[in-house]
Amino acid sequence: MNEMSTKWIGKNTIRPDGADKVTGRAGYAADNTMPGMMWGKVLRSPHAHAVIRSIDTSKAEALPGVKAVVTAKDIVEFPLDKSVMLGIQDMRWMCRNVMAREKALFHGHPVAAVAAISEEVAAQACALIEVDYEVLPHVIEIEDAIKDGAPILHDFIRHEGKPSNIAGTMVLKAGDIEKGFAEADIVIERTFTTRPVHQGYIEPHACTVSYAADGRVTIWSSSQGQFMVRAMTSLLTGIPQSNIRAIPAEIGGGFGAKTIVYLEPVAVLLSKKSGRPVKIVMSRDEVQRATGPAPGSLMTVKIGAKKDGTLVAAKGDFYLQAGGLPGSPLRGPVGCSFAAYAIPNVLSTGYDVVSNRSKVAAYRAPGAPHGAFAAESVLDEIAQALGLDPLDMRVRNSAKPGDKAIYGPNFGDVTFVETIDAIRKHPHYSAPLEKNPRPGVKRGRGVASGFWYNAGGESSVQVNITEDGNVVVTTGHPDVGGSRASIANVVAELIGIEHSRVNVIIGDTQTIGFSNLTGGSRVTFASALVATAACEKVVEQLKDRAAKIWKIEADAIKWQDGMALPAGDNAGKFPPLSLKELAAKANEMGGPIGNQTQLNTTGADPGYATHCVDVEVDVDLGIVRVLRYTAAQDVGRALHPAYVEGQIQGGVVQGIGWALSEEYLYDAKGRVDNASFLDYRMPVCSDVPMIEPIVIEIPNSKHPQGVRGVGEAPIVPPLAAIANAVHDALGVRFYDLPMSPPRVSARLEAAG
Amino acid sequence: MSKLHVTTSVNGEPVEFLTDPGASMLDALRGPLGLTGTKEGCGTGDCGACSITVDGRLVCACLMLAVEAEGHEIATIEGMADGETLHPLQRKFLEMAALQCGICTPGMLISARALLQKNPDPSEEEVRFGLAGNLCRCTGYDKIVRAVMETAAEMRGAA
Repeated sequence: MNEMSTKWIGKNTIRPDGADKVTGRAGYAADNTMPGMMWGKVLRSPHAHAVIRSIDTSKAEALPGVKAVVTAKDIVEFPLDKSVMLGIQDMRWMCRNVMAREKALFHGHPVAAVAAISEEVAAQACALIEVDYEVLPHVIEIEDAIKDGAPILHDFIRHEGKPSNIAGTMVLKAGDIEKGFAEADIVIERTFTTRPVHQGYIEPHACTVSYAADGRVTIWSSSQGQFMVRAMTSLLTGIPQSNIRAIPAEIGGGFGAKTIVYLEPVAVLLSKKSGRPVKIVMSRDEVQRATGPAPGSLMTVKIGAKKDGTLVAAKGDFYLQAGGLPGSPLRGPVGCSFAAYAIPNVLSTGYDVVSNRSKVAAYRAPGAPHGAFAAESVLDEIAQALGLDPLDMRVRNSAKPGDKAIYGPNFGDVTFVETIDAIRKHPHYSAPLEKNPRPGVKRGRGVASGFWYNAGGESSVQVNITEDGNVVVTTGHPDVGGSRASIANVVAELIGIEHSRVNVIIGDTQTIGFSNLTGGSRVTFASALVATAACEKVVEQLKDRAAKIWKIEADAIKWQDGMALPAGDNAGKFPPLSLKELAAKANEMGGPIGNQTQLNTTGADPGYATHCVDVEVDVDLGIVRVLRYTAAQDVGRALHPAYVEGQIQGGVVQGIGWALSEEYLYDAKGRVDNASFLDYRMPVCSDVPMIEPIVIEIPNSKHPQGVRGVGEAPIVPPLAAIANAVHDALGVRFYDLPMSPPRVSARLEAAG
Repeated sequence: MSKLHVTTSVNGEPVEFLTDPGASMLDALRGPLGLTGTKEGCGTGDCGACSITVDGRLVCACLMLAVEAEGHEIATIEGMADGETLHPLQRKFLEMAALQCGICTPGMLISARALLQKNPDPSEEEVRFGLAGNLCRCTGYDKIVRAVMETAAEMRGAA
């Protein structure tokens, strides 16, 4: 069923959670309280790298008002020699990330936690915990961590037989890379660096938990997956999943980083020990210091092409920072950097490098923006060297349907060229740009493209007809950007009723079937897919009920505009039966009407994006400003166009921050030096222009409405697009991000 | 140290509360007053999620001591709508999808209202600088700026 009718699908309806959010009534993680609630606080390592010899909590426990103290010995240990995976997370690392065990691996690493009658008493108690540290030399940057003689974080890590900070590698290849470069007319090889960037959600991590006397646990927290919260808490506390009810609060931004837990297991153990509910809220300083970020990178990309621009070989070496524990998103740069191009010879290698930083977390298309920065910058150089239009060169090299993707499968539809064409035809690309509008100011235009896998996976939904003939939909995914609005559109369309008669809510772990994370650009894709299947079942039930009432065959009935009707003249003459009428007769005609559908969804085709940007550089001050930005993406089908546009606009502006201003600064002792929103410089409203989205809708043939994931691809091209525009403005190419004023000035001075 | 007694007005209603001398207005709103619509994103005055007005002046509640509320008129997001009737900014934010996660929205709306009270006909640049103290990580600001400008036009038309 490719449902393309348009009464509600494609309409900018008001989101079901909207009124609560504009009136301050929506309940986020930190907004909850419980009777008798204690406040929890985490004691964090003051050292970037140290052995924890012992922890003495006796003085803290003796402080009046302190109800419980926990350390790593209270958390379930996962031995280092045996991997236990939950999704992409290895519990060996998770158990050591939520609470340092053998070693503190970064400044801010949790070492103990306290529950007390107030935040002040909890803080006083933390100060009374005596930790005996053996401080070790630390290492922060990739270049330093992979040198011979670097401080080694983990004795168990070996790379090429030797102790190393390279915790893992990933290799993808096609063809014969040496032969490919030998056939090339031009080969360009460049080395790039990017700095770690924080996801920058405005809502700090927070949770309230209750461990009841019967061992049942309730967790209110904001995350990108209440089922992830339940599973990780279960694994780290030993409490069975059946006894953990994880209730998703409204989430104040996640962007990938709320796909793991920091606080919930610790709070549960504090609640268990104290016999009282416990609330923990991170400060912004804790968020910036000890959660997230996306990895920094060191990358070398080499691409070979024929004179006509045909790409013949591409090689990438991508070193990503994992933080103190392994697990950087290698599949991002390794798999995505060259994926959209039909290149016969590819060798793409990723290295997972540990160093004394906070463990990285997912951030929107994890790893892909890094790789695209490198690959799309080199492509720009090749196009320029060959005298080709950079977009023409990309079209020439686009992967084709049926091609084998570097990461394994054969491509189905490939809609990359459509995104390039959209930019080529857009007035922005041909608009005149005055390169030197006034003294000391230079302008330039750049383009770049991006690829992201997108994901399907497990989703559950309930579609229930209320007794008064309206519809309640329960899904299992936290809504980070408007998914409830999209699903309301789909259900209203399929049931054939007014949008206002559909209410979409998010169930907790004990009220809805398992649903995987809100991540991978999967939620609207997967939710719409399961909601469609459920609606089809509900419509079947409704037709059956009408059949019983009319005493005819269900086949002879059609469902249209929220009513059962005889399918044709042969079926007989009956007045239509509305949803309300059928709901009113539900119990006498067989019981409640509704359906729960649970599927492991497939068919999430990749996302393609092409962006065009104009920048202006103040040559004296080194300030780069984005003047105009146009972003084209194939979204398959925009169920709710305004929120689709919002995903594109938001992703682009995060990319602008990454390219121009955001970075972590460390002091000589390995401590984050800019753990605040003042010093960690995310784009503010006056930093950016309007972002024009070009929403291309080529339906995904594997999805009932044609949906393709949207949320992640928009952050893939901006880094390279902006670097390419800066090069066009200055004639100087930046291989290192961010292109912040000090760096731009230094580079321009060096260039004379 | 014992708590201090504060008498003030919040959203036009007389309010009394007890507070630690060092507590912020944000702590008082979210704690004893139960008004959790005002959000804490940073606690250092950098994100604007806790924007309120004090006698009509825009303030980060996290940078104000709770005791400073004594005798003043505090306005928070909970008082922005008139019963079931949303403020035009609230309505326009919904109609124009100017929020995604919504955590910055209360502060953004309070700031936008303060901006429009001072400047009923702002240019795009004036809106952008007027809201530069309010971080939003989801939207890229585009739809927020458009919603504020549309609201301003509508309110001018109605006036």
